[in-house]
Amino acid sequence: MSVSESGQSRPSASNGRDLSQRRLLQSIVEVARSVFGAVAASVFLVDQDSGELVFEAVCGAGEDHLVGSRFPGDTGIAGWVASSGQPLLVDDVSQNPQFAPDAAKSTGYVPRSIMAAPLISNGECLGVLEVLDRGARQRGELGDVDLLGLLAAELGMAVELLSPTEKTNGSGQLDVPLLQRVAQRLPSAPEPVANTVTSLLAMVDELLSRDDPAAASA
Amino acid sequence: MAEQPPWRRPRRAQFPGVPAWGAPVASLPDEPLEISQLGLVTGEWAWGDADGAGVRVCLLDSGVDASHPRVGRLAQAMEVATGSAGGIEVVPTEPADKAGHGTACASVIRSMAPAASLSSVRVLTNGKYGAGKALLAGLRWAIENDFDVINLSLSTAKAQFLDELRELSDQAYFRRCVLVAAAHNLPVQSYPWPFASVISVASHDGPDPMSYYYNPSPPVDFYARGVRVPVAWPGGAEIRSTGNSFAAPHITGICALILSKHPILTPFQLKSVLYSAARNVARPEGGTRVSE
Repeated sequence: MSVSESGQSRPSASNGRDLSQRRLLQSIVEVARSVFGAVAASVFLVDQDSGELVFEAVCGAGEDHLVGSRFPGDTGIAGWVASSGQPLLVDDVSQNPQFAPDAAKSTGYVPRSIMAAPLISNGECLGVLEVLDRGARQRGELGDVDLLGLLAAELGMAVELLSPTEKTNGSGQLDVPLLQRVAQRLPSAPEPVANTVTSLLAMVDELLSRDDPAAASA
Repeated sequence: MAEQPPWRRPRRAQFPGVPAWGAPVASLPDEPLEISQLGLVTGEWAWGDADGAGVRVCLLDSGVDASHPRVGRLAQAMEVATGSAGGIEVVPTEPADKAGHGTACASVIRSMAPAASLSSVRVLTNGKYGAGKALLAGLRWAIENDFDVINLSLSTAKAQFLDELRELSDQAYFRRCVLVAAAHNLPVQSYPWPFASVISVASHDGPDPMSYYYNPSPPVDFYARGVRVPVAWPGGAEIRSTGNSFAAPHITGICALILSKHPILTPFQLKSVLYSAARNVARPEGGTRVSE
């Protein structure tokens, strides 16, 4: 991947992200791409000032030039997901004459299908996890969308833990290898185990939001 | 001019009947209402030959593009805006939708209940999720304006809006504004879909828009078509999309059909009718419908 180091008009969504943060985002898109056998996977974060979506990590098609680029937050599939907070999947995208030129212009790659889920933390959508052209479909559409939702929920927690304020107050040292292992094992876990892990992640999320004074004043 | 239906009148001081323990308490005559038992409720009974005429549906979403051929005319297009005094207002707006999510949901409702009146309130703006105040304002407006069915293919995960949202949902339930909400599959608490006063909808992967399934393990009430649904896409096009966002409008459409044929039904009766006509619910004389 290429990480833009230029200081000019850096997306505020990227401000303050150090190397370990970028590595974590990158590792999660790599897991997502691998789990779905996809052509590409990417993470967008919402620029809280402009509302734009900014590519933060890309794996696969576009990884050499997309990071740092941005597009309006209220358009496209990622825009649907960011505004509704609902995971979505669209098929036959490339057959759609209205869609294909826009997609090609912004990413250089025209996918057949796009699947995307929101990264929600403290009631806000921080961004979107997106997978292009997933391969083998053992789980079916609904299973795939649910699994992407799980990964996105974990990613939302990770982004929250990695935010500069969380890091400097000394609470919650992030264990990156642990999160990576969870992400890798969850898809193949037996259903009861996966359910338990999911519940635990949800509890962690709730605990974090309960202790966050910003959540009470929004 | 017909009188207001019972659910929209002021509360009476006394019930005009005979309480179990004594004499009549009021001289008001009993009002004839079509509240007989429903008999055998099937899909044919519930929505056969119905087209949604006379039912007012409101969509709280990113707006609706009324020029899209799969959507057509809107009765009202509103948006939640910041007023001159800084307060939140619901004001008329252009029937447009930059994001396209609301237009996609509207196209599903239109395909299910073509004669229903459809209105839109834009509560999702600038691509930002979780605008709880806008959702509350839009929902309050829709309830106060007596819509029959309100579609919510969205939610908020902000706990501070929980109480007010629950109160509004209860108010809607008693005023016979049926709230249909898309369930969230994410391990994140969000509202109002898990409330008992709303009809919550997740997805099944079948292709039939009229097939839906009763779910006996709450909070999801029903599973409706939500996989590879043909929906409107900006620019007059169509795309196939998967997600609970598109399952909810199927149930919204079915509710509009049922209410156009049986306008006297209140939300708990409507939910019972939906239950009875669900594909996986057996008829009284036996035999499940799952395999039909």
